[in-house]
Amino acid sequence: MDKPDEVVSVTQVTHHYKQQLALADISLSIEKGSIAGLIGPDGVGKSTLLSLIAGVKKIQHGEVHLFSQNIKLNHVRNQLCHRIAYMPQGLGKNLYATLSVYENLRFFSQLFGQNHQQRRQHIEELLAATGLAPFAKRPAGKLSGGMKQKLGLCCALIHDPDLLILDEPTTGVDPLSRLQFWELIKRIKARTPDMTILVATAYMEEAERYDSLAALYNGKILATGSPKALCQQTLTKNLDEAFKALQPEHTQQANLSIPPYQQNSKPVAIEASQLTKRFGDFTAVDQVNFRIYQGEIFGFLGSNGCGKTTTMKMLTGLLPPTEGKATLFGEPMNSRSLSHRKNIGFMSQNFSLYQELTVKQNLLLHARLFQLSHDETNRRIHELLSRMSLANVADELTVDLPLGIKQRLSLAVAIIHRPKILILDEPTSGVDPIARDQFWQLLAELSRKENVTIFISTHFMNEAERCDRISLMHAGKVLAAGTTEKLVSEKQASNLEAAFIQYLQESEQTEADQKTQLSISSRDTDSKQSPPTLKKHSQASLLSWQRLWAYAQRETMEIQRDPIRFLFALLGPIFLLVVMGYGISMDVNHMKYAVLDHDQTQYSRHYLEAFEGSKYFQQQLVVGNNQQAEHALTKGEIELVIEIPPQFGRQILKKESPEVGIWIDGAMPFRAETIRGYVQGVHQNYLQQLSKTSARQTYHQLKIEPRFRYNQSIESIYAIVPGVMATLLTFIPAMLMAVAVVREKELGSITNYYATPTTRLEFLWGKQLPYISLSFINFISLFLVTWLFFGVPVKGSFWLLVIGSGLYVVATTALGLLISTFTTTQVAALFGTLIITIIPSINFSGLISPVASLSGGASVMSTYFPAAYYLNITVGVFTKAATWADLKPNFLAIIGFFIVFTLLSALFLPKQEH
Amino acid sequence: MKFLQSIFWLGLKEIASLRQDKVMLFLMTFAFTVFIYVPAKETGLEMRNAAIAVVDEDNSPLSRQLYTSLLPPYFQKPHIIQFNEIDKNMSQGIYTFVLLIPSKFSQNISHGNEANIQVYIDATAMSQAVIGLDYINQIITSEVTQFFNHEVSAQDLINLNIRVRFNENLYSSWFMSVNQFINVIGMLAIVLTGAALIREREHGTIEHLLVMPLTPAEIMLAKIWSNGLVIVLASLLSLKLIIGEALSIPIRGEIGLFIIGTCSYLFAVTSLGIFLGTVANSMPQLGLLFLPIVVVMNVLSGGITPLDNMPFAIQYLMKVFPSTHFVEFSSAVLFRQADLTVVWGSLLTIIVIGIIFFSVSLQRLRKTVGKNLS
Repeated sequence: MDKPDEVVSVTQVTHHYKQQLALADISLSIEKGSIAGLIGPDGVGKSTLLSLIAGVKKIQHGEVHLFSQNIKLNHVRNQLCHRIAYMPQGLGKNLYATLSVYENLRFFSQLFGQNHQQRRQHIEELLAATGLAPFAKRPAGKLSGGMKQKLGLCCALIHDPDLLILDEPTTGVDPLSRLQFWELIKRIKARTPDMTILVATAYMEEAERYDSLAALYNGKILATGSPKALCQQTLTKNLDEAFKALQPEHTQQANLSIPPYQQNSKPVAIEASQLTKRFGDFTAVDQVNFRIYQGEIFGFLGSNGCGKTTTMKMLTGLLPPTEGKATLFGEPMNSRSLSHRKNIGFMSQNFSLYQELTVKQNLLLHARLFQLSHDETNRRIHELLSRMSLANVADELTVDLPLGIKQRLSLAVAIIHRPKILILDEPTSGVDPIARDQFWQLLAELSRKENVTIFISTHFMNEAERCDRISLMHAGKVLAAGTTEKLVSEKQASNLEAAFIQYLQESEQTEADQKTQLSISSRDTDSKQSPPTLKKHSQASLLSWQRLWAYAQRETMEIQRDPIRFLFALLGPIFLLVVMGYGISMDVNHMKYAVLDHDQTQYSRHYLEAFEGSKYFQQQLVVGNNQQAEHALTKGEIELVIEIPPQFGRQILKKESPEVGIWIDGAMPFRAETIRGYVQGVHQNYLQQLSKTSARQTYHQLKIEPRFRYNQSIESIYAIVPGVMATLLTFIPAMLMAVAVVREKELGSITNYYATPTTRLEFLWGKQLPYISLSFINFISLFLVTWLFFGVPVKGSFWLLVIGSGLYVVATTALGLLISTFTTTQVAALFGTLIITIIPSINFSGLISPVASLSGGASVMSTYFPAAYYLNITVGVFTKAATWADLKPNFLAIIGFFIVFTLLSALFLPKQEH
Repeated sequence: MKFLQSIFWLGLKEIASLRQDKVMLFLMTFAFTVFIYVPAKETGLEMRNAAIAVVDEDNSPLSRQLYTSLLPPYFQKPHIIQFNEIDKNMSQGIYTFVLLIPSKFSQNISHGNEANIQVYIDATAMSQAVIGLDYINQIITSEVTQFFNHEVSAQDLINLNIRVRFNENLYSSWFMSVNQFINVIGMLAIVLTGAALIREREHGTIEHLLVMPLTPAEIMLAKIWSNGLVIVLASLLSLKLIIGEALSIPIRGEIGLFIIGTCSYLFAVTSLGIFLGTVANSMPQLGLLFLPIVVVMNVLSGGITPLDNMPFAIQYLMKVFPSTHFVEFSSAVLFRQADLTVVWGSLLTIIVIGIIFFSVSLQRLRKTVGKNLS
């Protein structure tokens, strides 16, 4: 099977996600220098197959050979990384939204080990070729969909790959950008004819340009061959129809037909005049006007982010317009009007269903919220379940349903209260053509039979063609509106897509985009020259400082550009130190007490004066009877009651040993215990004074001399504040770090780690480095607050503390890394870290009770968690004047923790997705 | 009627959603069990197991009797060390107390001369330093007295009868468990409602609700009653099983009154949760915002250190937090068996703060409606 010209060879690949079969026994081969396409609707296994070929996902069964080498072998895959480029699905999914265009490209270039000069030259060329040069400084997140895809392509091409894998590169992009994208590919292909390109797409029109195709459905290949061959095989005119014809017969259906719309002077259902919405200085919707008649299907056609959704939100009353107005049936739109809402059915882009409820529960909830009567509810649910073919899934959880069914359920939910207007925001994105036809059949019935006005947005041309009238939208503006025929004939175009492209070009001409056009054409002349060749670093080394640095640099920029995270990271620890420094105090003073003096003689007053004179006690009230004392104690107004018995004075004189009663509030045991000690102290003192004055010296001369070490004044802050500092430097670095890796998993940019030659340690340490620096800054600010604000002097060696803290934040960020390697969502990482770190770092680190006194589980937790060792260092240096000899074991323990955490992280962080 | 119905149905939906949220369910279970049990069981704020060493230069029967009388549970078995080992051991935190019995101690004392025992105390061990010294004082004094069978004199002139109320044996697990329990209730109320709102915003379902004939107040109340109910039920279970059974702490206050207080408190903190849910734009942001607020509530509400011990500014600031009043309320009800006549003031304050929080959150919720998240 080794053919010289075969670049990709897939043999009997099968893939499962848990129980679900994604790919079944797929075999495929792709020739060198060709453009090969995988076609098929969403969810048929295209992306899975591509990620297996790119080596991003781990192969379960079967084999994949690239350039005749088996990529199941790790060392082969590591080497081939340099020859493959992979661009995952989703607009700009592997890009970093807060980084600029140039910074994104620089990052990818660094990953492939290019030197400074190579990089600049190459990036400039790519930017010029794609027309992105004028936007080099713009953050990737602020680019339009089309530009994001071009940037994605640049990032993929940065290392001159031999195999380019593109997963749905043009989905959701406007037709002009799509056209430009493919022209760009064509030019690149002309320069490097040996490059093989593998593309997945749901747009059949695009696929007609490819050399060979494989049609995928339900994890199986339906057919392979050139586009022409496929059409001939199925006796159809174009690929869209060919694809439908290729599918098993039960999914095939009669062709969709929508009876023409009869205007017949129907009333205006929705009218928008000069509707405008601005977010800050960004104009999302710019003076939009339209009028939709009752029973009409009105379409909004435009790319992602062109303002369709914002317009629709204004019509539903979710967003107030900045300028202009919208009316529904002649009445101005009022967001607070509940009756208006009963007229509207709304279905949003991501099918806002409650995923945690069953199909039936979703319907029931909406029926109830719209206050349908009991009978009506049952009738409607029954009717909709059968009409939308949902009866067989009625009791299943929504989250498990395929997209097509979710979409029908979403429609059912939107119309359960029989609204007069239905607003649908891209209801069919991601659904296969057959399910889409079924959906349109339902819409047609609603419009024609029930006279429901339908306002729908889409980025599919063929869907737009089904609308009675459409509006072409781009960058917040309506370019043109009317029936499809009118729009096409106005531009004398062959079809709607061509017409749209012309409208787009017209509008772009008027804007200041000529520069882009120019650079594209100048690039064309250049392309005849020989392409620049780059030296390839194909040996995979264990650790490349350049790549490590690339990750560190990128992470730093990302933190700086996320204000909430950045502020939390910088100010959070200071805030918490101040709060906890004040809050956790074990000083017991100002103890409020009540006096219950039944004696009221000079003897009792003399005794009580001893308490008044103590700085620890503070007399609060004098009570007359037991109830009052009891009440004050229960209410928490006082912490102890001193009760002098009647006849106190007389009993003293008679040496009858009167008994003074002390009641202490035991709700806070620590305080109660301390109070008890202080009371005994005051009492003892009083007696000694008394015995001295009465000169009855029979007592032995025992003297117990306390030597309070390190903290002579026994003030909490000297021990607690350095202790809290240790606690904070445990969980804050860990939390920030834990989120950092999981974020990439959630956003999808982790793919760059899978698909590039990055090694585990480069990734781990590269990401860790900025957090180590940040945490070290935290240490310095905490140190300053402790020293200057709380006034805790440093008795030991400052440098010992600095080194210890440096090592410690290295260890705690490594702990965060470890946690983030086995969590999958940011929420889980945050709370997971909190749970794992907070108890051992507060309760078992020595902050509250000394480690030497811990036993059992507490002692184990304190031994196998780093916080206690660092607390020894902070408290040791600040308060105990400890030396290197005293603290050495703690340093060694912290280094040990770092090594163990890092090894475990590297073990748990796979180089491939499972 | 319509108002109540909508709130009811929406609330049921909240409970169904929560049932599917594995992370939150785990967090809740963990919080109501481990978070209460472990600190209550293992963190001794009371004087237990203090690490002590003795430098015995006297080496007499008296000196031996003195240090063998330092017994568990207050002290670990004393280690005998040399004088020159004191510094190193204490700097490393191995011993919290070191007793130095000088040579000729027993000789001096039996001759009626002055005899000193020095106690070195690691004063960075705040929870033990003062109390421990106090115990050492008492134990040694009484041992010496017994040893010489001294005729005790001045000691008896006035007797002291100390009675500790509400927690006679000063079990710190009582205090810790209730304190953690209060913290957990507040923490979960904020996380559950905040996360429920963020989840709806992220999934876009909140917009869906607002397109329906529902008011933001209905949406908020639905979240409050459902999440509140879940927490009240879970907390009762935890009160019974973890605090009552596993930790075998007698719950003596009026449970009915405590539940009323908890419900009022939940009204206030769930409103706060919703407020945070409108401020944050994503789950991680909620997490980062949540942390400082919860720490402030846990640490400064008077549960750990009485408010009186804090600077005035903080005392006034903390009056705004419902947790301060709830700590006051629950320690009165659960520990001191207070009834409504004692705690009505804090109960009312909690409700008033709750109403204020609710109104502010409602304003925010209206404002953030429709703001695009993704």
